[in-house]
Amino acid sequence: MIGFWTLFYKELLRFWKVAFQTVAAPVLTALLYLLIFGHVLEDHVLVHGVRYTSFLIPGLVMMQVLQNAFANSSSSLIQAKITGSIVFVLLPPIPYSAFFAAYVLAAMVRGLMVGVGVLLATLWFAELRVVAPLWILVFALLSGALFGALGMIAGIWVEKFDQLAAFQNFLIMPLTMLSGVFYSIYTLPTFWQRLSHYNPVFYMIDGFRYGFFGVSDVAPEFSLGVVFACFAVVTALTLNLLKRGWKLRT
Amino acid sequence: MAAAVSIVDVVKNFGSLQALAGVSLEIAEGEFFGLLGPNGAGKTTLISSLAGLARPDSGSLKVLGHDVIKDFRQARRLLGMVPQELVFDPFFNVRETLQIQSGYFGIRKNDDWIDEILENLDLTSKANVNMRRLSGGMKRRVLVAQALVHKPPVIVLDEPTAGVDVELRQGLWQFVRRLNNEGHTIILTTHYLEEAEALCGRIALMKQGRVIALDTTANLMAAYPGASLEEVFVRTMNQ
Repeated sequence: MIGFWTLFYKELLRFWKVAFQTVAAPVLTALLYLLIFGHVLEDHVLVHGVRYTSFLIPGLVMMQVLQNAFANSSSSLIQAKITGSIVFVLLPPIPYSAFFAAYVLAAMVRGLMVGVGVLLATLWFAELRVVAPLWILVFALLSGALFGALGMIAGIWVEKFDQLAAFQNFLIMPLTMLSGVFYSIYTLPTFWQRLSHYNPVFYMIDGFRYGFFGVSDVAPEFSLGVVFACFAVVTALTLNLLKRGWKLRT
Repeated sequence: MAAAVSIVDVVKNFGSLQALAGVSLEIAEGEFFGLLGPNGAGKTTLISSLAGLARPDSGSLKVLGHDVIKDFRQARRLLGMVPQELVFDPFFNVRETLQIQSGYFGIRKNDDWIDEILENLDLTSKANVNMRRLSGGMKRRVLVAQALVHKPPVIVLDEPTAGVDVELRQGLWQFVRRLNNEGHTIILTTHYLEEAEALCGRIALMKQGRVIALDTTANLMAAYPGASLEEVFVRTMNQ
């Protein structure tokens, strides 16, 4: 267990030492989104009976939780692979399950820290209800873990920073941006509505938002089931890659 | 008593390149063993396989009787490795680096031993300096320190003095000799053959993934009276 805690602590320390870049910057980005979209749409849009700026906040929080959880594990692994310092975690007797847990937990912590930061910063601009805090917590934790694990797969798979950037820009960003962060999918044309149901991030944001307003596009229990199933699949895949040492051990 | 290292018929291919073509050798506890050969001979692949960084296609490797794949946790606990590349984690200072490495090996409060290693490697004054700020030689010393934090009985040094100044080399060898005298098994790869000649009791010469000579340093040199190890090396490789 000491190996696991040390790796977890190291991963925390790694992003905390550059917190301005890893925590403060994403909070500012989310704040800018809120200011711009809120300013433009606040008086024109009401979603599920909720004013637009209030509706937007949970989406922005979850988007940053996901993107930062992903960024934490993926950037840590790719950086260690490129610099060669990955040997320091491959030489010790750390079981692959502990390796997985440490990276994912650290990714969750960073994601949640940014999420809480966004929430606190945006509260100045809109009133936010909390109807079901447990749903908020469950979706934040599970989604952060899922994207932390996804970040591990990306970090293991890619060999260069530009490949990781492609993974982020062509997969993670579209998945998060087109998931209902900025809108309810029922405002979309039928085709895009249906397509959105194949995006797992939609369920994360919809379920998370349910915790605030008590309304959602689909039932939160169903969303939870989808997110949990995705987490189980991604976890199984990541553990398998780690067990085989794929792209880590030659 | 189990050998410090037991390697049996290890084969490793990278695509069409055969890096190890059935290597077998045994290293006894307490030996100072040299693994020599030209670039591409398979030394680093063999060492990486021993440390679990590479996975052999066939054959077995054991550290003090523990298989490096089936019983990897115990095998890795018993092995300390100094990698060839000058690698470091730029987020941490020297002490943090060593504390973290101790934790990876399951050791929590290790500061007394860390202080001793720092002193022996002349790093005490750099303990709180970020790794990025260290010179190449200093970084190399930290790599050695990292390999020693868990007091492994078997220590593998993969070209530890490459690009290192004379003073550091002498200090490093003095410390490694002391560790060897205390019972640690040392496995060394180096291109500085005079170092191997002075330090190693037994030497394996590798070429194209095979061990082509394996004997005590004295016996290897006796085959070519009056020759230095470098001359012995060149002649053996050209045979």
